Amino acid sequence: MNFWGFKISETRSINYDANERGMAERMEQEAPSSKLCIGCGGCTAGCTAGALTEFNIRRLQMLAKRGEEREARERLGRCMLCGKCLLVCPRGVETRKMILSMMNYIKNNPK
Amino acid sequence: MKGTVIIIGGGPAGCEAAHQLAEKGCRVHLVEKNNETGGNLNNWYQLFPDRKEAESVRGYLRRRVSRPGVEFHAGTEPRTTSRRPQGGFAVELTDGSLVEGDALLVATGFRTFDAARKEEYGYGIYENVITSVELENLFANHEVRTSRGETPRRVGIIHCVGSRDEKVCNYHCSKVCCVTGVKQAIELREMLPEAEVFCFYMDMRMFGPGYEEMYREAQERHNIKFVRGRLSEAAENQEKQLQIKVEDTLVGRPLRMTLDLMVLLVGMEASEGSRKMASALGLELAPNGFIRPADPHWGTNLTGADGVFVAGSCTAPMSLTDTLADARSAADSITEYLDAKESREP
Amino acid sequence: MKLEGKEQIWKDYQKEIADDRYYYARSCIRQTFFPGSEWAYLDILRNRLGKDVMDDPRHTTCTGIGYHSDVVPAQTIMTVVARHFALMTEAGYENITPSCITSFGIYTEILETWAHHPEVEEQVREYLWKATGREFKKPRNLAHTSDIIYKFRGEIAARARHRLVDAHTGRPLRGVDHIGCHYAKMFPSKGIGGAEFPAVLSGMITAWGGEAVDYPERRHCCGFGFRQYLVMANRGYSVANSKKKFESMRPYEPDFIVANCPGCAMFLDKWQYTISEMEGTTYGANGYGIPVLTYEELAGLVLGYDPWELGLQMHQVAVEPLLDKMGVAYDPEAKYLTRDGKEMGRPKCPTYLKV
Repeated sequence: MNFWGFKISETRSINYDANERGMAERMEQEAPSSKLCIGCGGCTAGCTAGALTEFNIRRLQMLAKRGEEREARERLGRCMLCGKCLLVCPRGVETRKMILSMMNYIKNNPK
Repeated sequence: MKGTVIIIGGGPAGCEAAHQLAEKGCRVHLVEKNNETGGNLNNWYQLFPDRKEAESVRGYLRRRVSRPGVEFHAGTEPRTTSRRPQGGFAVELTDGSLVEGDALLVATGFRTFDAARKEEYGYGIYENVITSVELENLFANHEVRTSRGETPRRVGIIHCVGSRDEKVCNYHCSKVCCVTGVKQAIELREMLPEAEVFCFYMDMRMFGPGYEEMYREAQERHNIKFVRGRLSEAAENQEKQLQIKVEDTLVGRPLRMTLDLMVLLVGMEASEGSRKMASALGLELAPNGFIRPADPHWGTNLTGADGVFVAGSCTAPMSLTDTLADARSAADSITEYLDAKESREP
Repeated sequence: MKLEGKEQIWKDYQKEIADDRYYYARSCIRQTFFPGSEWAYLDILRNRLGKDVMDDPRHTTCTGIGYHSDVVPAQTIMTVVARHFALMTEAGYENITPSCITSFGIYTEILETWAHHPEVEEQVREYLWKATGREFKKPRNLAHTSDIIYKFRGEIAARARHRLVDAHTGRPLRGVDHIGCHYAKMFPSKGIGGAEFPAVLSGMITAWGGEAVDYPERRHCCGFGFRQYLVMANRGYSVANSKKKFESMRPYEPDFIVANCPGCAMFLDKWQYTISEMEGTTYGANGYGIPVLTYEELAGLVLGYDPWELGLQMHQVAVEPLLDKMGVAYDPEAKYLTRDGKEMGRPKCPTYLKV
């Protein structure tokens, strides 16, 4: 029993040294254009799912690149693959390919 | 002959202006405190955006001034600067000689920010923190290693060191560091193909021709990782690596990692020479310490002082491209001034 | 690390510290957690170094804890501090030396505020006059008591009975310093060595023969905060900061921690117990913790004071491993005896932390 009334908080910091980056590597290989993202948020602004849920494709793929996969595992399924993000991206990131590469990775590496 | 012009500073601006003025029939005294021309360019290995060897531009500048009409005063600087009673200027140099001219061009350039002033980055204390200028020197010697002689596996490039930072009293953007960072990141990846290279930036200011394209290339071809976040603190661990704390602002979470080598993109500040000339000639300084030209639109080479002109990065941080163009424009302003003076005088 | 670089910074961050005639301002909490520290400070200054220190029973809390917890307004704390200045002035002193880092930060901030806003100072003078009929002169010199010990570190070294050296092997003992945030983070120029490479405590460590450890999380806050540790629900992120520091310093195998802030010293000491109970982790050798000392306790050990006279039995983390290394003689049987030889009661034995 915890008689202290509190627990030691876990850090919110991304620990890049400790993180596995399997998802990021898969994304890099299958959708190399994903490296061109500059975080403008054009993809997220018009996202069908993002307007109604916590799904944020910009942040989710950036977190994956730092080895933080949780958000992708929890929320990627909300993507409707409509392609609006692909249409808008000023850097030509093949966003659907990028999303599918993450989905494939999750399928092959269940937690 | 149109007249005589004294140019203070033998960097790119001074050399280019000297050539242009001589070409237009002026006599030029080119005064340089170092023994050779080139100024800050002498510390560079390759240039953005085309990766040209800096040495080729240095050669170009040397050729520009090795010509009739340009007298090069090397290894000396002004001791006193005064106006002659009959008009024009008399400059007594530290080597004892006196040069006189009808107009004076200040081309005293910039100095790089002293990185030790950002104490929290540990420059001069941590073994594997270097400046972008020192990295150029490593490139020139074709070897980048850690203090222990190992090949770095992760390198971080820190943008805006001494720029856009109230804490060091520099509000201004030094303009060229972003693209220098991109260029150096690419050079690092070419030299150390196994290494991960990160750039930590506040904004990527890719203002020049080919710069944005270079940034894309850095991401796509060289897999350089750009993280938007300012370095808060670096510390050295037992392995002499740097443990850094930034916020990855685009995901909204603190990010920590270790680096084998940390490169500080040091910004530009007004040089000592600029400050001295400004005080000797009564030139107005902008709040950032650079010399304020007469007008930011049409008078960029003019000053409030009659017969005193400015060129290059003594007025603001400037790329080499812009510096050379600014020098040509200054030469035009000076010949215009000398022509007008000639037509006024009988 | 390159020492020359640090020495350059240390040169830039020196401050004026008065030589004698100090008005002492005690901390609210130190006498509870580290009961020998303030006594040792007064004894060292008065009886070893021959200094004049005024320990005034009339002075009160500065109300800093209340201020930082949003229950005391700025005008109130400024008036309370103005009263301390008035007591100092009335006693004929000009140099104020608070024992607490929170107080030091508050005094510094208030003096700075008054320097920039004389109208605020005028208002506070009026408040003080109306409330107490007192007037004051601003102190000529403000220094934290760790600044004073730093200033006399050489004199203390010259009188040392024990050095910070392993008496058996001759190895310099490794000391971690922890500087309270409000010592220099708000006003780096008011701290010896500044905020990034502070020298006030590491200077003592090296002067007394030890080796100062500069580990990655050296500058990190201990997590004390004010409303943070006061509210139980918030303590989780308070303690997590101390844990971060322990994890970061552990590879350096420090022999002790020295702190100059009442809250930090208490936290770094007591949280080692809390973390051990919650997670089973201990940070010293062989299941012990890392002993945490105040700078007065450290100076006291160096000068040969009896550890139980210094109140080291009141620490959570056992100090005996450090005493053994320094070759300090102590009577284990006397640890929990009062000065007149009575049992003072004994703490319960922790589950994991060896004491």
